[in-house]
Amino acid sequence: MSAEAVMSGRPVAPASRLLMSGNEAVARAVWEAGGRVAAAYPGTPSTEMLEALSAYPDIYSEWSVNEKVSLEVAFGAAMAGARSFCAMKHVGMNVASDALMTMTLTGVVGGLVIAIADDVGLSSSQNEQDSRFWGRFAHVPLLEPADSQEAYRFTLAAFDLSERFEVPVIVRMTTRICHVKGLVSTGERSARPTAGFAKDASRWVMVPSAAGRRLPLMFERERRLRAEAEVSPLNFAESGGDRRIGFVTSGPAYMHVRESFPDAPVFKLGLSHPLPFDRLRSFAAECGQLVVVEEVEPLIENELKAQGMKVIGKDILPLSGELSPQVLKPAIARLLGDAAPEPSRAQPMPVFPRPPTMCVACPHLGVYYTLSQLRNVTISGDIGCYTLGFGQPWNALDACISMGASMGMALGLDKGRSESEKDRKVLAVIGDSTFLHMGMQGLLDIVYNRGNVTVLLLDNRAVGMTGGQDNPGSGRDIHGNDAPRVDFAQLVRALGVREERVHVVNAYELPVLLKTLREETKIPEPSVIITNQPCVLIKDYHPLKPYKVLDERCTGCGNCIDVGCPAIHVTRRDRVRKASGREVDLAFVRIESAACTGCGLCLKPCAPDAIVHVDTLAMPIKVVRKEAAAPTSA
Amino acid sequence: MAQEAAFTTTNILVVGTGGQGVMTATEILAEAAIALGHDVKKTEVAGMAQRGGVVSSHLRFGQRVLSPQITPGTADVLLGFEAAEAMRWRHMLRPQGLVLMNSGRLVPPVVELGLYDYPADPVGAMRAAGTHVVSFDGSAIALGLGDVRLGNTVMLGAISDHLPFPAEVLEQCILKRFAHKKPEIVELNRRAFAAGRAAAEEAERVSAAAD
Repeated sequence: MSAEAVMSGRPVAPASRLLMSGNEAVARAVWEAGGRVAAAYPGTPSTEMLEALSAYPDIYSEWSVNEKVSLEVAFGAAMAGARSFCAMKHVGMNVASDALMTMTLTGVVGGLVIAIADDVGLSSSQNEQDSRFWGRFAHVPLLEPADSQEAYRFTLAAFDLSERFEVPVIVRMTTRICHVKGLVSTGERSARPTAGFAKDASRWVMVPSAAGRRLPLMFERERRLRAEAEVSPLNFAESGGDRRIGFVTSGPAYMHVRESFPDAPVFKLGLSHPLPFDRLRSFAAECGQLVVVEEVEPLIENELKAQGMKVIGKDILPLSGELSPQVLKPAIARLLGDAAPEPSRAQPMPVFPRPPTMCVACPHLGVYYTLSQLRNVTISGDIGCYTLGFGQPWNALDACISMGASMGMALGLDKGRSESEKDRKVLAVIGDSTFLHMGMQGLLDIVYNRGNVTVLLLDNRAVGMTGGQDNPGSGRDIHGNDAPRVDFAQLVRALGVREERVHVVNAYELPVLLKTLREETKIPEPSVIITNQPCVLIKDYHPLKPYKVLDERCTGCGNCIDVGCPAIHVTRRDRVRKASGREVDLAFVRIESAACTGCGLCLKPCAPDAIVHVDTLAMPIKVVRKEAAAPTSA
Repeated sequence: MAQEAAFTTTNILVVGTGGQGVMTATEILAEAAIALGHDVKKTEVAGMAQRGGVVSSHLRFGQRVLSPQITPGTADVLLGFEAAEAMRWRHMLRPQGLVLMNSGRLVPPVVELGLYDYPADPVGAMRAAGTHVVSFDGSAIALGLGDVRLGNTVMLGAISDHLPFPAEVLEQCILKRFAHKKPEIVELNRRAFAAGRAAAEEAERVSAAAD
């Protein structure tokens, strides 16, 4: 999308009221603030910030190899005086925090804004951590917008704060800001010439003596920031007629509070770290009870309690998930002893679950179909579309925690195996971008420590799960322009995997894949099998002639369903008794030819050759019957 | 509904599966509301939706919209792009709310594998539970016009007479989206919109006659 926008030379929309997601609003503000450098690694729900920014002129943007590098790139620009920006999902900051925890000591010259997008409600993440901790941990200010308009406004404010206090500033987003569209009043870009990097080892070279001199400056800065929070217009109180309960809230929870309790006094925290204790104390004095509504951990609550204030929070509200009106209203009604509001009368009707699936013709289908045929294996998995391999029908992924962890976990599974697992094969499955993000070091560790792990490196030339973004393995940059492309086979050999143990396999050639897997898992040393077919969602993928099922030939064996392709549908089920007396379930199928792109993965398991190209003429009935007779005769 | 719309918030829930154009359709509805001066918020519970999962898109518009989410039991219209998905979200509707739905089915792999059953009669089940359902085969209409991707324009046509503003406002917002494309595409969308509108009207007439 971003690439096309650049190619088309689409002019930037002039200042006006635009319907924007929170992510788009942040991007607009970074551009208007005169941002010069922006970097990110894709991750839901943060991805669109950099995608949107890459379409703006006069700002350098990049997909970085991981979040830590992206933050270091943005920091480098900020050292040189350029306004810079970095975006990541919540777990990205776990990776980037090593850099954050020391750049808080050096501070910055040009404004540095870090947008962290928390996945409150777990729409597409492995955990639900609260990034507001980083403000406390790193002693940097943290802003919490509540909607798109505030995402825009707060990002502009963050650049000002960053330069006034020479500190990186975190803008804490959540899924419910990133992906909500609302109206945003925007402005124009103001250019900001930079002075360039001024050498100063006492500030930029953080050896112990220099760092020690900067520690007191950091704490002094935090004291001044608390004074700023006391006067900042980003924090404000709204009075209300019903003062039985006053609410202290931040981020999208503010909208839910306002929606649920229109007459209550509310203190809205925009600059929520450091907290403005004096203002909050005066607010508390005006209310009966004070309830803190925050997503998700009790951070504000505990800090107010530590100040000796009497507040209620997570004792009546959940510790996870969104605090929407349907959560807030009954909890507050119970607190007030009011009759609980009448619950919605209708209950959800029972409907099958519809978990995400892999795409039609996805090259991972062939990998997981093959893996599902291996016995006595443990498969260590990673983060990406291929995590879905844990589910039906493959059940071929046994663990997944964090980016790149498949490597280290596999080595641990190998070294820590029990006596009964002596013959168990350990495999690791990882995607191209995840491998480059944080998997390379793990593989090096496997090689160095003589692990017995077979690694499947699924190179589909894209960050598939987040929408097919480019990476150093795709050969294109964030704008879709040609870029140097890493050679995975050469890379893993350089890490020490022996040449004979490195194989590049076409993921659609199932017999080759199975044979290679069987051989490599037998050899007690590290091997890497690289699959090399592109993600079906990117332009490198070329659809082939679709297939159909010849009804007359389909025997109902159902083997093709085990591939897991969403284009294969059951038309009829049956149960027959075999000659042996055993009952067998049959499932006759059709292929949705309009969706099929001809990858041919389902041909392999089809014994009666019932799957043919759509333009294949119908077989003479007699011939078909005769051919089909054999497998069904039982 | 048209009179009260000036004072209250209108809640429209659009549901379907990843790839059906649910989010785009909701965005076009949002643009129409903006064109008429409403404040608007639109939000998705999409998860990993582009992988064929469940998509539900919330649209709220009115004088000032605070929370972007529709509270269960308060949606005015539920626009269902797929039969079982409409059924999945029925509880979001207010008691007198309206379900406008495509009776077309998208059967997921978990059902093909025999792990779950597809509901035998989603429309019947919802009606039995007392919900006002207007159902028609939107997928067939789109295919009949030559492209299943016209499905979201068909569905927008269907909802166009159930909004607190004239159908033509919505139609213009759709056609504007395709204005830079070939005239044939604009025309196809015009026909898809009209066909969806007519199908919903006909389905409503039939269901009223049955009552």
